[in-house]
Amino acid sequence: MSTANRLLTDGLFRERPDGSIVLIGGVSASSGRTHFPRLAACPYTGAADVEEVELPTTGNLWGWTAVTTRPPGYDGELPFGFGVVELDDGLRVVTRLTVADPAALEFGQPMRLVADRLQTDDDGTVVLTYAFAPAGADA
Amino acid sequence: MDVSITGVGLHPFGRFDGVTVTDMGVTAVQAALAEAGNPQFQAAFCASVYSGVASGHKVLGSLGLTGVPIVNVEAGCASGGAALMLAAHAIANGQYDTVLVFGMEKMPKGIIRSSFFEPWREQGGLAVTPAYFALRAQRLVRESGVTKEHLARVVVKNRANGARNPNAMYQTPTTADAVLGSRLVCEPLHLHMLCSPNEGAAAVVLQKARPGDGAVRIAAAALRSHLPGSVLGEATPMSGIDDTGIDPPSTLAADAAYAEAGLGPADLHVVEGQDTDAARELLGYEELRLCERGGAAGLVERGDTEPGGRLPVNPSGGLLAKGEPLGASALGQVVEITQQLRGTAGPRQVDGARVGLAHTVGRGANAAVIICTR
Repeated sequence: MSTANRLLTDGLFRERPDGSIVLIGGVSASSGRTHFPRLAACPYTGAADVEEVELPTTGNLWGWTAVTTRPPGYDGELPFGFGVVELDDGLRVVTRLTVADPAALEFGQPMRLVADRLQTDDDGTVVLTYAFAPAGADA
Repeated sequence: MDVSITGVGLHPFGRFDGVTVTDMGVTAVQAALAEAGNPQFQAAFCASVYSGVASGHKVLGSLGLTGVPIVNVEAGCASGGAALMLAAHAIANGQYDTVLVFGMEKMPKGIIRSSFFEPWREQGGLAVTPAYFALRAQRLVRESGVTKEHLARVVVKNRANGARNPNAMYQTPTTADAVLGSRLVCEPLHLHMLCSPNEGAAAVVLQKARPGDGAVRIAAAALRSHLPGSVLGEATPMSGIDDTGIDPPSTLAADAAYAEAGLGPADLHVVEGQDTDAARELLGYEELRLCERGGAAGLVERGDTEPGGRLPVNPSGGLLAKGEPLGASALGQVVEITQQLRGTAGPRQVDGARVGLAHTVGRGANAAVIICTR
């Protein structure tokens, strides 16, 4: 990735040397539960023993739609896919989807994490966000 | 509980250019106080979400009615329910004899912008309220056999009811074809399946009940928030777990209200329910235990919730016909239930209604369930 990229926000996901990305969650040793994005305390028990954890990059599609109307604060492409993916560890994550045609997706289909171009800032910087794509499809 | 509703008032729900949110609150408060015989009240609770600092003080300050405690309450779409819960219990617990409850809102058009979401969630397209509604609707389709035709029938029902409500924003009936032909916002939800954020106000005067006063009583007023783990409740966190076994806030509030009232869903005669989108009304049937899980489509097919059905829901037209001024919507429901139980609902009257329930749920998550009896 060139330096002309920036991530949507810090702490949500990170780029690996090979250009792939991984979501950064939190896991509480005492509750055994994982959450995303990482918080200071476990959102299930309030325990402070939260450690950073890299979340599974694959899962299954659990819910999906497409946004066709420009929502406030959003400057990216329309329409865009939006949904919930159940990661391989059972955590359900709210996510952008690379597919904006709801009829092209089906419940439970395998999905994989990809970096997606959200928008280009006025200075040419490309803003990257995380998204899920059908497993096997090109990013 | 021994709490009577002795006055109700509304500012119509709709679009009112040039009328301030304070003006609308004043209209509703004056109407409710006049109906109650202008009693002295010892406290006021004001519900609003977008009206800014001390919005209730501005309304009562316009009327020379300050000096008493004025508590401004924000609980998302359930703000009015939260304010009424605080007021009713304050009277039931002996703190006050008479309390004024009111709510008002003046919302911009279109998708609601909420400071609930961080800027990066907005920029990333992860803060789109109707998209969350759509995921919830899709789950109802998958797990309860609800179809788009069922969703359209809810809209047709509520718009037909709204055509009999002079305080509704939309007073024209519609057809299933028109609903299904309206623009797709977020599959499976079309534009006419979503309520319009708008403007309006509502007010209720609560007083310690006097035996034989004949007034509509508050039998229960419950407010609950969400439990951890649900990814699709109105709390909309970025992650959650399999929530199949986690009761949503509406069920928590309903169960608390049924217990407080000593009544159950089978005792209800009329319901005003949260219909921010058509699927939300159907999900409410299940969450409020008006039917078993998975039974919402059956209620629609049997016409149970139509006027004249077993349990009419949203005879006022609901939010789909009235629009949703957040701070006013729950109290607007209570105004409708009060008129239904008084037998003064005119062309919208549910015959013989003596027990009514009002349900709001929204951002937070917050869910309020109010049960009234007469």
